[in-house]
Amino acid sequence: MIGARILLESLKREGIEVIFGYPGGQVLPIFDQLYDFDIKFILTRHEQGAAHAADGFSRATGKVGVCLATSGPGATNLVTGIATAYMDSIPMVAITGQVGTQLIGNDAFQEADVTGITRPVTKHNFLVKDVKDLARTIAEAFYIASSGRPGPVLVDIPLDVQRADTEFIWPEKITIRSYQPTYFGHPGQIKKAAKLISGAKKPIIYAGGGVITSGAHLELKELAEKIQAPVTTTFMGLGGFSGRHKLFLGMLGMHGTAYANHAVMQSDLIIAVGARFDDRVTGRLDDFAPGAKVIHIDIDPSSISKNIRADVPIVGDAKNILKQLITEIKKLPDTAQWLVTVEDWKKKHPLTYKDDSAMLKPQYILQQLWELTKGDAIICTEVGQNQMWACQWYQYLTPRTFISSGGLGTMGFGFPAAMGAKLGCPEKEVFNIAGDGSIQMNIQELATCVANKINVKVLIFNNGFLGMVRQWQELFYKKRYSYTPITSPDYVLLAQSYGAVGMLVTKKSEVRAALQKAIQTQNTVFIDFRIEPEENVYPMVPAGQAINKMIEGLA
Amino acid sequence: MRHTIAVLVENKFGVLARVAGLFSARGYNIASLAVSETFDPAISYMTIVVEAKDEKVMEQINKQLNKLIDVITVTDFTKKDHLDRELVLAKINFLAKDKPRLEAIFNKFVGKIIHHKADTAIIEAVGDQHQINELLEELNKFGIKELVRTGKLAISN
Ligand SMILES: Cc1cc2nc3c(=O)[nH]c(=O)nc-3n(C[C@H](O)[C@H](O)[C@H](O)COP(=O)(O)OP(=O)(O)OC[C@H]3O[C@@H](n4cnc5c(N)ncnc54)[C@H](O)[C@@H]3O)c2cc1C
Ligand SMILES: Cc1ncc(C[n+]2csc(CCOP(=O)(O)OP(=O)(O)O)c2C)c(N)n1
Ligand SMILES: [Mg+2]
Repeated sequence: MIGARILLESLKREGIEVIFGYPGGQVLPIFDQLYDFDIKFILTRHEQGAAHAADGFSRATGKVGVCLATSGPGATNLVTGIATAYMDSIPMVAITGQVGTQLIGNDAFQEADVTGITRPVTKHNFLVKDVKDLARTIAEAFYIASSGRPGPVLVDIPLDVQRADTEFIWPEKITIRSYQPTYFGHPGQIKKAAKLISGAKKPIIYAGGGVITSGAHLELKELAEKIQAPVTTTFMGLGGFSGRHKLFLGMLGMHGTAYANHAVMQSDLIIAVGARFDDRVTGRLDDFAPGAKVIHIDIDPSSISKNIRADVPIVGDAKNILKQLITEIKKLPDTAQWLVTVEDWKKKHPLTYKDDSAMLKPQYILQQLWELTKGDAIICTEVGQNQMWACQWYQYLTPRTFISSGGLGTMGFGFPAAMGAKLGCPEKEVFNIAGDGSIQMNIQELATCVANKINVKVLIFNNGFLGMVRQWQELFYKKRYSYTPITSPDYVLLAQSYGAVGMLVTKKSEVRAALQKAIQTQNTVFIDFRIEPEENVYPMVPAGQAINKMIEGLA
Repeated sequence: MRHTIAVLVENKFGVLARVAGLFSARGYNIASLAVSETFDPAISYMTIVVEAKDEKVMEQINKQLNKLIDVITVTDFTKKDHLDRELVLAKINFLAKDKPRLEAIFNKFVGKIIHHKADTAIIEAVGDQHQINELLEELNKFGIKELVRTGKLAISN
C-alpha cells in the first residue's frame, strides 16, 4: 500500500470522519487517494480556515480535529490555527506535505522547515522519513494529541514517502516510554485537600478549561453542592458549570463579574480545577487573593505553582480527582455566612449596561439570543468586545457550548470554528458572535459554508471600530483613535453574492424577529447589527491591577 | 544559582532543538551543554548547566523538560551526590625554556602537554570546576591564545 493510502487508512482507524484542508503540489498523492475514499473532505478557502475549523470541530465534539495542507505556504498558513489550538490545549492533528526527502534542506520549491516553525506551538511534531514509520507515527500523533493535557500535533510527510509502497500494519496499542501522563491523584494529597476544605470558612471553586477537557462537569456540580461553595469559571471553563446555578458567580478576571472577583479576593480557600491562573485572571500577582490557601488540580505539573504557589498540588485528571475528593470529604465546611456575603456582592454589583440610547446595544442582542435559545446552541465568538459580551450576557449551561480563542485571542477564529462546530454537531444551532474587524479576517469561508451547506448564523456586532483596542485608547490613550476606525463591505450584498442570506438590523425592535428568521433559515446567515459605536465592556480591570480594582459599568 | 542537570532523551533528530528551544523561548540561559549517545544507542544523555534565578524558575525548567515528549528523565544534581568533570584544551604561548616551569605547574595542578611547536603548546586537562579554574589562572601567565572546553559532565555517585 502506498504512503498516501496508509495515511487515510490510519485516519479511518482513528475514527476520523471529516478532514478540513486545501490541496497543492506536495500532497497530490494524498488528494488522489481522497478522491474516492470514504472520508468527508471540506475544501476551505484558506488553510487558516481549515486549521480553525478542525479546532472548532474538536472543541464542539471532544474528538480530535484534522486538517491537511500542502508544503511551504500551505503549511505556514496553518500556523496561526495550530498556535491557537496549542494555547487552549485543543487536540488536533495537522498533516502537511513536504518536498521529497532528497530535496529537504535544498531550498527547494515550496519548501519550509515546518517542524522547525511549529516546534514551539505544537505539543509534538514529526517528520516522517520512511514510509514504514508512517502508520505508527499517525497512531502516536493521535495518542499524544488526545491524552494528558491535549494539544495539536503536526505530521510532515515528504512527497516520496506518500508515494512509497509498504505493508500497512496498524499498531493496536501505543505506549511511549518517555510520555506517561498521570491520571489519578495521589491519595495523600487528596486527604490533605479534603482536610483544607473541611476547615474552610470562605471557599471558592475556580474551574477552567480542564473541566471541559476532562468531562468533569457533573463531578464539579456534585462537589460544589456538597460543600456549598460558590463557583467561578475562567473564560475557557464557561459551560463547565451551569450559568443558571445559584452557586455560579460567572467568569472572573479582567472582564469577569465584580462579585466573582471580590469573592476570589476575599476567599480563604481556592479550589482550582483544570485552570492555569492566567494573567487575565489573576491581575497583579502580588495582590491576588492574599488570604487564600490554594488547592490546585491539574493534569500538567507545569501548570501548578507556575504563577500562584499551590499549598496542595494534585496532579491528575480532574474527573478522577474530583470523584476521589468527593468521597474523601467527611466533614462539611460551614459556608452559610460566606454565601450571604457573596449574595450581597451579587446584588450590589450586578452586570449592567445603559439601555437608554436609541442605538442598538450588543448586550441586548445577546439577551434576546438567550431568550430564543435558552442555552441550547453553540456560541462561537471572534475576538474583542464582541467576545467579552458573549462571555457576560449569555448563559452557558453545558460543556462545549462556548467556543472561543482564549489564550492566543485570534481574530478570524470564530467563523471557521463555527463551521467546524456545525459539522461536528449538525443537530445544534451554531452562532458566531463577530466583530466587524474580526469577521473580515476569514470572511472567505462564506464560500465554504455555502458550498457545503454548513448553516452557521453570523451575528456581526458592527461598531465601525476595532472596538476592544478603541476602548483601551479611550481609557488610557486620551481617545486618540489611532487606526481603530474600520470600514466594512455591505454585508447584506456580500452574503448574497456568495449565495448566503444577509440582513441588516439597526433598531432594537427588529432584533428578535431577525434572530428568529435566522434560526429558521436553512442557509448561512449574516446579520449586520449596527450597534452603539463607543459602547465599552465593563467591568474591566486595568492591566497590572489587582482584580478587585475594577472599573464598573455606569448603571 | 547554577544548577547541573542530567536529561536522558530519546536519540531522535530534533530533540536537541526541542531542548534548546525550551530554554531560549523562556529566556533561560544555558551555561554549558554536553550531549552524547549512551551505551544504548536509542538514548542520549545531556548534561546541562543552567543559571536559574530562583527555585521557582528551576522548578519550571524541570517540569517543562519533563513535558517534552522525548524526554525520559530529568535529574537535578544540585541536590544529589555527584561527580563532575570538564575537559579543556588550551593553546598557550610556549618556548622550550618554559618547559621546567610548566612541569612544575603540572606537579601541583591537573594537566599535561599533548602537543607543542616552536612557539605554542597545547595543554589538556580534566578536572572539576575548581581544578580547571586554578589551572587556567596559571596558564594565563604564559598567555592563553585559544581555549576550548567541553562543558561539564556529571554522574551520580
Ligand atoms: C480579549 C480577551 C480577554 C480575556 N479576558 C479574560 C477574563 O476576563 N477572564 C478569563 O478567565 N479569561 C479571559 N481571557 C482568556 C484568557 O486569556 C485564558 O485563555 C483563560 O483565562 C485560560 O483559561 P484556563 O485557566 O481555564 O486555562 P486553559 O487554557 O483552558 O487550560 C486548561 C488547564 O487545565 C489543565 N487540564 C487539561 N486537561 C485536564 C484534565 N483532564 N484534568 C485536569 N486538568 C486538565 C491544563 O493542563 C491547563 O492547565 C481573555 C481572552 C481574551 C482574548
Ligand atoms: C489576529 C489578531 N490581530 C490583532 C489582534 C488585536 N486585537 C484584539 S481585539 C481587536 C479588535 C477587534 O475588533 P472587532 O473584531 O471589530 O471586535 P470589537 O472589539 O469591535 O467587538 C484587535 C485588533 C488580535 N487579537 N488578533
Ligand atoms: Mg468592531
